[in-house]
Amino acid sequence: MPKNPQPPQWASRLLEWFCADHLLEEIQGDLEERFLRNVDLFGEQSAKRQYAVSVLGFIRPFALKNEKSPVPLYTQIMISNYFKIALRNLLKHKGYSFINIFGLATGMAVTMLIGLWVHDELSYDKSFKNYDRLGQLWQFVTFDVEKSSYTVLPIPLAKELRTKYPDVEAVSLSSNNLSLILDAGEKKMERKGNYVEPFFTDMLSVNMISGSKDGLKDVNSVLLSESSAEALFGDEDPLNKIIKIDNKASVKVAGVYKDFPFNTSFNDVSFLLPWSLYEATNPYVKSVTDAWDDNSFQIFVQLKTGADFEALSSKIRDIRMKMNNPPSYKPEFFIHPMSRWHLYSEFKNGLNTGGLIQFVWLFGIIGGFVLLLACINFMNLSTARSEKRAKEVGIRKAVGSVRTQLVMQFFSESLMVVLLSFILSLIIVQLSLPLFNEVAAKQIRILWENPLFWIAGLGFTLLTSVISGSYPALYLSSFQAVKVLKGTFRVGRFAAVPRKVLVVMQFTVSVTLIIGTVIVFRQIQHVKNLEVGYNRQGIIEVRLNTPELQGHYDELRTDLLETGAVVEVAESVGSITGSGGLTTNFSWKGKEPDSRPLLMGNNVTHDYGKTIGWEIVQGRDFSRNYSTDSSAVILSEATLKLTGFKNPLEEIVTHQGKPLKVIGIVKDIIKESPFQEIKPAFYVINYKAVDMIMVRLSEGMPVSTALEKVADVFRKHNPSSPFMYNFVDVQYGKKFKEEERIGKLSLFFTILAVMISCLGLFGLASFIAEQRTKEIGVRKVLGASVLNLWGLLSRDFLILVTISLFIASPLAYYFMNKWIEGYVIKTDITWWIFVGSGAGALLISLLTVSFQAIKAALMNPVRSLRSE
Amino acid sequence: MKRIYLGEFEEIVLLTVAVLGDGAYGVSISDAIEEQTGRSASLSAVHAALHRLQEKSMLHSRMGEATAERGGRRKRLFTVTALGNRTLNEIRTVRNRMWDSISPQNFPAVSI
Repeated sequence: MPKNPQPPQWASRLLEWFCADHLLEEIQGDLEERFLRNVDLFGEQSAKRQYAVSVLGFIRPFALKNEKSPVPLYTQIMISNYFKIALRNLLKHKGYSFINIFGLATGMAVTMLIGLWVHDELSYDKSFKNYDRLGQLWQFVTFDVEKSSYTVLPIPLAKELRTKYPDVEAVSLSSNNLSLILDAGEKKMERKGNYVEPFFTDMLSVNMISGSKDGLKDVNSVLLSESSAEALFGDEDPLNKIIKIDNKASVKVAGVYKDFPFNTSFNDVSFLLPWSLYEATNPYVKSVTDAWDDNSFQIFVQLKTGADFEALSSKIRDIRMKMNNPPSYKPEFFIHPMSRWHLYSEFKNGLNTGGLIQFVWLFGIIGGFVLLLACINFMNLSTARSEKRAKEVGIRKAVGSVRTQLVMQFFSESLMVVLLSFILSLIIVQLSLPLFNEVAAKQIRILWENPLFWIAGLGFTLLTSVISGSYPALYLSSFQAVKVLKGTFRVGRFAAVPRKVLVVMQFTVSVTLIIGTVIVFRQIQHVKNLEVGYNRQGIIEVRLNTPELQGHYDELRTDLLETGAVVEVAESVGSITGSGGLTTNFSWKGKEPDSRPLLMGNNVTHDYGKTIGWEIVQGRDFSRNYSTDSSAVILSEATLKLTGFKNPLEEIVTHQGKPLKVIGIVKDIIKESPFQEIKPAFYVINYKAVDMIMVRLSEGMPVSTALEKVADVFRKHNPSSPFMYNFVDVQYGKKFKEEERIGKLSLFFTILAVMISCLGLFGLASFIAEQRTKEIGVRKVLGASVLNLWGLLSRDFLILVTISLFIASPLAYYFMNKWIEGYVIKTDITWWIFVGSGAGALLISLLTVSFQAIKAALMNPVRSLRSE
Repeated sequence: MKRIYLGEFEEIVLLTVAVLGDGAYGVSISDAIEEQTGRSASLSAVHAALHRLQEKSMLHSRMGEATAERGGRRKRLFTVTALGNRTLNEIRTVRNRMWDSISPQNFPAVSI
């Protein structure tokens, strides 16, 4: 007997899977009947094929399982009705809708920006593969009483770590981030880069585009970053091309690596040169290879997996002190892990005091507050509006809505509005990112592909809509329909209390921010107004970077003076705006034997004082007329205070064993951070150990012409390098970069906070005015003046703002006092800041409210009273 | 007069159900259509049309008795409802009236 033919199993399964249950039996039956007939007529194969085709033919809407079928039809209709009503409500009250949506969107956008910024800060350096295992060597040194921290270390420490500590996987010495001239023949440019040991590329998992990571093993080689290779060679293949470094050494391009990401500590390293070249070209480096007390270099380490930074740090702490003849500054070495480089980079007296992490917290908190303000607004306005809809609720209840439906309605409505704001905020963020990046010096973008971003964003959307929708949803839906429709329903006396509390909160935050911003700006201004001790206008500085410039002071000076564009020229070690020549090797008669104060020793030429325009307080400036000036010294006022000399001009001091006669006292010059105490300094004549030339341009000539003439002189003397200079006042201005950035950001947040608060106040005021239309009408008829009514409507709000002033002032004082305590040079927090900020806040809120109040007060009473 | 329009294929399916009387179900309708009109009608198309007609209340259906030949599965048997009947009649009346109102000279040239 032949086997019974069966339809193909996969097709029947498919049918069972997609077909609606109530149709399955008949369809399966029909298909099988047809199948059996086809087997007889055309054979089994053909029948099977046709069966499958017919099954596929049933993939039509009517036969499919309908997932939605359990949801009753009316529910679907009602939900679409909720959205329709919500949309109509939005369109009917365009003003409120705008304030509501726009206010919330601004708040969300600000929070998003801050969130992105915080994310960026927290992910700093994380792109390195060995992030968890990399560290940088630091040392604490004790000069006088306090421990200071430095990242510069002696060279032999690297070898010591490499050979004696098994937890260390790799060590690389590195120069500081140096500005060098790269000369590729046609193109020359100044770029920043480091001299490093070959293993450095592995430690930082350098991403090679072409060439080899091991290129640094060869002395005369260089690895270029992608951008610097492009700048030097354009589209040409840079591999194996020759570059001259500072017009001294010629090196071959051994490889090109992808630029280090912007949010890493190495983002300004645009080339890597081999350490061996550093030793070969720089006699100083060669001479200190075994010097344990010459601290000028960086050391990076990579630990073995599982090794602990703390444990290793405690082991290496006293390496130097255990040796013979320990130095008086008592170095303590430790390893600072990469995960803490960026955010925890400040040390005070041997303890970590944080650093940028404080700003991450600060701005995180501000962001939270701005968002809170926006949410408060949103809730205030939507609850205020929803009271208007009591009638709608009554009618809905009368025609049969149950409470859950009303709850659903209000929730879906607030969800819709919040979603709209979320979308709008994304647009705002996208548009404002370029500006924000500029102010914050970041390269931030929206994390479109990060699921966490979406979870946070949508989660917040949901939360806000639930919170802001909960009042109307839960409270309004409990109204009794009869009462509402009869008109005997009254909103309770205390319904407005939470709203008032929220307004007070809002203004407390705003006023605190205003006061804080004022104090930040005053602090910056205060420090900017400090006397720097010299005239920083019109001076340019040029680094003596090539042999052609070094040691040719007299020729250069004569040529420069001849141009007529230059008043005076001098040379010194380091820039006027930088600290250099720090030393403890300085003594005087009457110095306590144990004290080791840190001073700044400056090598200068005779004309230094005249060039920068310092102020001599006592004695005289250096002069070529006295041949003895080669062993003379000029002290700053801070040094005078330190030494306690009564008659300084008769004293002799000793620097590095050499006795120096004091010939003058100058006013303190701010070289380091103007926010810190000025270090004692002294100035000596030295024509050899100088590396910077400063040129005072003549005032009578336009700057561009003068610069051109100066440039010509430099090109004549130093044809191989581009002429690169800095204006001293610009360099000095950069010292305020960090503080100014904080100032700008806090100004930005304050304006937003105030704006959002006022937007909310505006909305509330117009709501109140509308609610009291009749009352105002009656009052007008009975003779109230516009001024009366204005006062009536504004008073409530002003009371709220005043209350918040009294809360905000002590709060702001507390926090700002803590902030300003961190500075040595600080402005005073005076009473008028609080009064001024308070008055400003009052004025702004008064203006906001008055617009609505006066509008309401000017209304014709006939209109408002006629409406019933 | 409110009228429910029928598609051409729907009309044919409805007519076929009427022709078949008691024995109208998917396969038999599909076979009958092929027989009557000479065009093939897939089962799925027929089922879809039956479904629509039922939604329009022109067909009524019930499940038949289980038989051995379809693996023991029951058939869904269709009958024309009163509304279906009236609709068919209306269509026929309209068509007839229109045929009748064609004047002889405009009559398409059909050879007699």
